Amino acid sequence: MKKTTDRQRSLKKNPFRYCPGCGHIIIHRLIAEVIDALNIRERTIGIAPVGCAVFAYDYFDFDMLEVAHGRPPAAATGMKRVRPDCIVFSYQGDGDLASIGTAEIIHAASRGENISVFFINNATYGMTGGQMAPTTLLGQITTTTPKGRDSGQAGYPLHVAEMLATLEGPSLIARTSIDSPANVKNTRDLIERSFRCQMENKGFSMIEILSACPTNWNMTPAQATIWLREQMMDVFKLGVFKDATEANGSSG
Amino acid sequence: MEKVLMKGNEALAEAAIQAGCSFYAGYPITPQNEIPEYLSRKLPAAGGTFIQAESEVAAINMVYGASACGARAMTSSSSPGISLKQEGISFLAGAELPAVIVNMQRGGPGLGNISASQADYFQAVKGGGHGDYRMLVYAPYNVQELWDLTLLAFDKADEYRTPVMVLGDGILGQMMEPFEPTPYVRPILPEKTWALNGCRDRQPNVIRSLYMAEGELERRNEILQEKYRTMKVRDVRYQTHAVEDAELIVVSFGIAARIATAAVRMLRQEGRKIGHFRPVTLFPFPEQQLRELAGPHRRFMTVELNAGQMVEDVRLAVNGRSEVLFYGRPGGAIMTPEELYERLKDECKG
Repeated sequence: MKKTTDRQRSLKKNPFRYCPGCGHIIIHRLIAEVIDALNIRERTIGIAPVGCAVFAYDYFDFDMLEVAHGRPPAAATGMKRVRPDCIVFSYQGDGDLASIGTAEIIHAASRGENISVFFINNATYGMTGGQMAPTTLLGQITTTTPKGRDSGQAGYPLHVAEMLATLEGPSLIARTSIDSPANVKNTRDLIERSFRCQMENKGFSMIEILSACPTNWNMTPAQATIWLREQMMDVFKLGVFKDATEANGSSG
Repeated sequence: MEKVLMKGNEALAEAAIQAGCSFYAGYPITPQNEIPEYLSRKLPAAGGTFIQAESEVAAINMVYGASACGARAMTSSSSPGISLKQEGISFLAGAELPAVIVNMQRGGPGLGNISASQADYFQAVKGGGHGDYRMLVYAPYNVQELWDLTLLAFDKADEYRTPVMVLGDGILGQMMEPFEPTPYVRPILPEKTWALNGCRDRQPNVIRSLYMAEGELERRNEILQEKYRTMKVRDVRYQTHAVEDAELIVVSFGIAARIATAAVRMLRQEGRKIGHFRPVTLFPFPEQQLRELAGPHRRFMTVELNAGQMVEDVRLAVNGRSEVLFYGRPGGAIMTPEELYERLKDECKG
């Protein structure tokens, strides 16, 4: 049999300890694959968020900084400004980026910071046990919306990609999913475009990635993939919401 | 050396540049706005980065990121803004990252007022944020010390890999005073081999404060505590005036010490046996030095611009060997030297 792929240089040998069907595994791998392909491992600094992916540094094999909940875009700003030669990315969940860290993400985007943000949206708080997230769908049952999210009591799911696309600062804003091989490939391409955007000094990019959390959705991995496709992708439309990478040059 | 005349906040900002601070992030709040304003003009010209952050929380986390990448980084604020920075300060302490944090205190609690105050003593020296940590806390009492201690703060932050606070107040930041801008001489400090700058020719560096394995966090805490013990041995700073024969020793720091110095001098001129003890570091606190002065033959009077905070540390230091009195004005109220003179004179009668 022909060997078509290998473990990425940018991934450590540690086996993933995420739950079966968890999207972090695929997304970690895609990021590592792109970093290898672009040959930037030795100048990349990643940010591990608060949540299940805080252990990202157990898997990524390059420099990593752990940052407080919601603050990665601020920390990344400090990092990139003092090390413009490094490639800086933050890896953030929906509670982190779309709830406690809304100020930080909006202002980093508005300043057009030359960083890459990977926003993993799984519509729940995974690490803390399945509470309502800012991106939880209406009617979705979580441990803090036991009767389903009610807009009158708990508001509406936040559409971060659409929101950031209204700003003048960012260069690339997109939403993608990992529910199918085609979308996984599309996600990989967008991650690469995000890193290239930064390498070419074209400024801020955020890729929102819809991802499954079977454990906290109380589903099997197969059911979770279907729910992601049929429910989440219906509310959170995929697409490139802003692409100013041609317009935003390094002089900007 | 020729003296220069500068506002306290601007002297501090210039000292930061001289000390090689290459990153500053802050958010406007009175009475410290001259610090970000000065740095927005001067820091980029010196090759550094100035950012007006979207919040105090963002500012301290920008400093966290810049420091993790090896830069000398600073943020400044005043009391309510320092409350917002506590999360970040705890993370800096936990991740062992150097940073300089300036608090030009104002009256509190809440929005309080914009007058000078010393009501953030507890917050500065007892932790402030969550977890078992301390900051080295410098309490300058004139513009000369604002300059000197800011230079030192950057070195100590790097030496110990820890956040260091310069604790001033609204008067100190706003007043103009001549001082000697002593040139910065960089000491020999350990290489920042831990800094994040890409894993070229080395293993990846990871900076974190989460330690989940059995016993791991306790061991990490022990490393921090060992640093604080070392500071207590090596970094205590204080100043005394006429304490040898004093029957009453006034203990005060920062701007209250300026007021107390004047009152004590007046009483000395009248032949009263009164002296002055001024802690320059609030953590580590000069407890040993105060203890050595304590005894049944003398009393202490702690004077603060608050409702009584440092007085608790003075009492712990003298440990019952002397009576410890307190005189303070909370809420941004400022005592005059004459007012303090009258209060101290009453105590000297005995």
